[in-house]
Amino acid sequence: MKIVVCIKQVPDAKNVRIDPNTHTLVRQGVESIINPFDLFAVEAALRLKDRHGAHVTAITMGPPQAEEALRDVLSRGVDDAVLLSDRAFAGADTWATATALAAAVRKMGDVSLIFCGKQAIDGDTAQVGPELATILDIPYATFVKELNLDGPDHLKVVRRTDEGTEVWRLPLPALVTVLREVGDPRVPSLKHKMRAKKATLPVWGIQDVGLDQDRVGLSGSYTQVVKVFSPPRRADRVMLQGPVEDQVEQLYRYLKEAKVPGL
Amino acid sequence: MNYFLSEEQKMIQELAEQIAREKIRPVRAQLDEAEAFPSELMQVLAQSDLFGVYIPEEYGGLGGGILENCLAVEQLARACIGVATSFAASGLGAYPILLYGSEEQKSAYLPDIAAGRRLAAFAVTESGAGSDVTAIKTTAVKDGDHYILNGTKQWITNGGEADIYSVLAVTDKAKGPRGASFFIVEKGDPGFGFGKKEKKLGIRASATRELVFQDCRIPKERLIAKEGMGFIIAMKTFDKSRPGIGALGVGLAQGALDIAVEYARKRVQFGKPIISFQAVQHKLADMATKTEAARALIYSAARHMDTNPPDASKVAAMCKVFASDVAVEVTTEAVQILGGYGYMRDYPVEKMFRDAKILQIYEGTNEIQRNIIGQELNKEYGRIKETFF
Ligand SMILES: Cc1cc2nc3c(=O)[nH]c(=O)nc-3n(C[C@H](O)[C@H](O)[C@H](O)COP(=O)(O)OP(=O)(O)OC[C@H]3O[C@@H](n4cnc5c(N)ncnc54)[C@H](O)[C@@H]3O)c2cc1C
Repeated sequence: MKIVVCIKQVPDAKNVRIDPNTHTLVRQGVESIINPFDLFAVEAALRLKDRHGAHVTAITMGPPQAEEALRDVLSRGVDDAVLLSDRAFAGADTWATATALAAAVRKMGDVSLIFCGKQAIDGDTAQVGPELATILDIPYATFVKELNLDGPDHLKVVRRTDEGTEVWRLPLPALVTVLREVGDPRVPSLKHKMRAKKATLPVWGIQDVGLDQDRVGLSGSYTQVVKVFSPPRRADRVMLQGPVEDQVEQLYRYLKEAKVPGL
Repeated sequence: MNYFLSEEQKMIQELAEQIAREKIRPVRAQLDEAEAFPSELMQVLAQSDLFGVYIPEEYGGLGGGILENCLAVEQLARACIGVATSFAASGLGAYPILLYGSEEQKSAYLPDIAAGRRLAAFAVTESGAGSDVTAIKTTAVKDGDHYILNGTKQWITNGGEADIYSVLAVTDKAKGPRGASFFIVEKGDPGFGFGKKEKKLGIRASATRELVFQDCRIPKERLIAKEGMGFIIAMKTFDKSRPGIGALGVGLAQGALDIAVEYARKRVQFGKPIISFQAVQHKLADMATKTEAARALIYSAARHMDTNPPDASKVAAMCKVFASDVAVEVTTEAVQILGGYGYMRDYPVEKMFRDAKILQIYEGTNEIQRNIIGQELNKEYGRIKETFF
């Protein structure tokens, strides 16, 4: 079984500042890390590999230095890795990114499962996964916290939604975006680390994946960022504690203080 | 400082540091408080290949030596020497097999130890035999194709948790120092059980238990090398393992120094960060100097030891004694620099201070190490016909 994991390099959130005027991230001098949710995607893929055997390929679209992210996941046990890198990819929105990734997945051929993190912590859109599945015309499940193969060509997943959890059964090939509950990312192993250091990573540009200039990067992007602003802060939240009777009591007091009509 | 480590050695260091930071540091206080054995961390370490750094490639290891092992141990020790001791004790248990085991024994046990699938332990000490190893009472009597072991080992690190035990027992009392032998005993062997888990001052994440042998019957092929080799095997094992105790000391001292400097830069008294007081600076300066000196000794001694030199026992003892004393001094001063906060469990130096003491006791007390160094000096100078003066 062939598995692809999509990963992205993002600025380390711990050290990122927001420019007060433009509201964009100040990226200069900030170290890059692998998007934390993507490490969960890698872990989910490797666990499936541990259980059922699989060939896991990591892919990232990014500048040449994104190679570092690929070597990191190779050192954790991913089998091989592809870097999608071309000047023409620059400035891509989520759709243009998904277009490029889809072309790369098609080129690999015969892929049964694609893993993505639930979202990237820089853009926070959570769109690339679903768009990639849509372009490839395969089923997908988002916010997955548990998964396993169900027979040779189905995947059973548990997803978390605002209302509760849902259990889905997807025919393969399929795509899932995962939550941290799929398991803590494993640390590298020495043997994989040595292999990762020596590995030569293929770099694919637009010609390699058979795409035209106008479908990728800025020119292939449907969205344009017009304005960036901080959303208004959500109201304070209070978690009521203790026995139910006390909680009702407390809630009543809050509502009364808030002068809710009728109390 | 640049210690001219190879790419591979740097990788070992980097990986062990990552595990210490990401996996050990977040749980060390909890493990200490609960006196809980870190089974999950042992699995993380197993998966990282670090258990095999000093084991030859033909047995599934990475083919490194003492230096590689020390580099791994040092980084793990920066976070917690309770966890690092559990890791290092498996190596201690493996060395008798690695150094003196038959081909069959090596291929039966080393690949599992290298992969971390099975932990090992080393069992010499008894209630009446600590520094004086020759006082052991546990016996092994040959019975056809088997040996039958009787006796009780005390304070065995990884006792109950390990699957493979290198055990020293008397095979011929009349032969005195040539009358003891090493055996491999496996968890589950008939007549082999465990006593209570000890409650300790420090390294509380490590498990210390009694091993109880009651007519424990093992195949005769479990004898390591020949009958009578026991004490030699024990001494040669310590030569390999004692630099590792030094590495535990260096890592621990570095961990305490890191916290002390950071704290001293932030803590304000009399309107200034306390690091601006010379008394504090001098303490930190001594701590850093001693830690670096210990590291320099361990690394160069470990490199030297990997060439199997004739003065191995002396150098191994120097590593152990110096770095463990440094660890005790540095952790004590770290508590002092943190003042009352250092005495509280909220900061890790309280634990580091408690943990450090064991390094002066186990694997031969520091008094015994100084005896070894002194005796070796006496021998060395006895051989010299003419001295410099
Ligand atoms: C936490 C822990 C883990 C351990 N793990 C293991 C293990 O995995 N395997 C194992 O076999 N053992 C283990 N031990 C045992 C350890 O190696 C012994 O405790 C140690 O060798 C000292 O022996 P003792 O405690 O009996 O002290 P003693 O030998 O009774 O010594 C008491 C004091 O007298 C001093 N002394 C004794 N003889 C001399 C001398 N000739 N000259 C000068 N001073 C002397 C000692 O230095 C010490 O200060 C462990 C011990 C502890 C506490």
